[in-house]
Amino acid sequence: MTTSFHDLTRGLRLEVSGLGVVYANGHRALSGASFSLTGGTICGLVGPNGSGKSTLFKSMMGFVRPSAGVVTINGGPVREALKAQVVAYVPQAEEVDWDFPVSVWDVVLMGRYGSMNFLRRARLADRLAVEESLRRVSLWEFRDRQIGELSGGQKKRVFLARALAQGGRLILLDEPFTGVDVQTEEAIIILLRELRTSGCIIVVSTHNLGSVPEFCDQAVLLNKTVLACGPTASVFTEQNLTAAFGGVLRHFHFERSTIQSHDGRSVKIMTDDERPLVFGKDGHLEYKDREGRESLIDERRRRETEAER
Amino acid sequence: MNLYTEPWWELFGYEFMREALVVGVVVAAMAAVLSCFLILKGWSLMGDAVSHAVLPGIVLASMLGLPLAVGAFVAGLGCAVASGFVKRHSRLKEDTVLGVIFTGMFGLGLVLYSKAPTVLHLDHILFGNILGVSRAQVWQTSLIGVGVLSVVLARRRDLLLLCFDERHARALALPATALHYLLLSVLALVIVVSLQAVGLLLVVAMLITPGATARLWTDSFDWMLVVAVVVAVVSSVSGILISYYVSGSTAACVVLVQAAIFLLSLMGWRLRAWRFRGARRVP
Repeated sequence: MTTSFHDLTRGLRLEVSGLGVVYANGHRALSGASFSLTGGTICGLVGPNGSGKSTLFKSMMGFVRPSAGVVTINGGPVREALKAQVVAYVPQAEEVDWDFPVSVWDVVLMGRYGSMNFLRRARLADRLAVEESLRRVSLWEFRDRQIGELSGGQKKRVFLARALAQGGRLILLDEPFTGVDVQTEEAIIILLRELRTSGCIIVVSTHNLGSVPEFCDQAVLLNKTVLACGPTASVFTEQNLTAAFGGVLRHFHFERSTIQSHDGRSVKIMTDDERPLVFGKDGHLEYKDREGRESLIDERRRRETEAER
Repeated sequence: MNLYTEPWWELFGYEFMREALVVGVVVAAMAAVLSCFLILKGWSLMGDAVSHAVLPGIVLASMLGLPLAVGAFVAGLGCAVASGFVKRHSRLKEDTVLGVIFTGMFGLGLVLYSKAPTVLHLDHILFGNILGVSRAQVWQTSLIGVGVLSVVLARRRDLLLLCFDERHARALALPATALHYLLLSVLALVIVVSLQAVGLLLVVAMLITPGATARLWTDSFDWMLVVAVVVAVVSSVSGILISYYVSGSTAACVVLVQAAIFLLSLMGWRLRAWRFRGARRVP
């Protein structure tokens, strides 16, 4: 059964339709949320605190029972995907007890538990998978360290290695870039791109608005429901972000006089206290990324002039 | 003959002493293994709660003529399950809910005890009576001890994962809920069989101190289990012997020895942390 599922993951598909979640204490976290993703893709999950990001994650892992709607992975229920070890979860660093008496090796080996025997004795295949994963995130030399003895960036990579060792195809990352140096961020993004190439669906929940357009192909804007979803360039508009975040984001609007008055350009910066998302002329798109996307820019210009009329 | 100057090895000649030591060692080993999981899961208070909550179960069982252990087990597990339920259906935190429920159940137990015509000795329930164990109790404790130890040690990897990262366990489709209740049931069972030895007030120490001491000694969980069991067994045996010489409460002596070993370990750990400061982060 497991093998057939993995064959199907060539075109891995995640579908969330009409999802509503009400917790037992009466809190309504999500309603009518719908979107779908097909592998390989990197999708940013963006929304203010309490917008239902973690509830959505929990639904994709089958931890909460939806009060409405359904999540399917490859057309089947989440439970079957979990049994086939398709879903891997990389927790937020704040949720991990770093004083726990486990080594880096132990943690990555935990990724294999789902496919190990009753007593969880590591076989050769398991040890090889752990070694390969550790080498991929450059932590092999640190395998015997207690997890608290690692640097911030290394700590993030341990749990990424665990997801690799598990062989997950739908990988959920919760705030992978908080408190991480630029170098580690780069390394993580490179790894995520490799996983995308191999057909995985990677869903990244993040506050780091500025980095989303850089590495996410798609984005889902969330605030108690899905406000917008699709290619990042079309989702990440000033209008959509304002709708999702309301007044939560800091706005810095630089008038012409602040920048350069002679060529008539102005810059607007929006940030959720992480790397800022910069809106220049024609929406968010850094100049280095503009090549080959002229049609998108034309489209935006057209809409902008229409809006002005 | 003066009782207080006998050499300690001659104490093993008394049958009640041998039986007390067997029960003491088995209870110590069980509680020590469990304590490693409890302190890592942040369930130290859970041991306190479940041990208090067994009181109404014991009193009711004795009134109804049922085995005391059955009543105690049901009440203890009931307390843990009920507080989990209330927590999910309210905005309160788990320790708050637990605090309300276990003190309530303990109060109920005390009222029932004063109103019920039972032959129970309240101080035996509260403080234990290890020197008065029967042969049947020795067998019962040993069998349950072997059962608990083999189940917990066989499933230790899963239980450790449950303590470390429950979400990951669920994402791997491991039976996280079943493991959760396994840990709770084992906790209730260990408390029930420990009552005879140390009583419900001091069993809490047996369920926290050995694990806490062991954590200071090592960063490896398997070694932690070993150290906890050794510390608990040494404390148990020496506590029982000391109590004989000082004519003090046995349970109190065992707990005191455990606390003393913890303090010494803490000092040693601080010393090590100070010596290696900068070279290596110490947890």
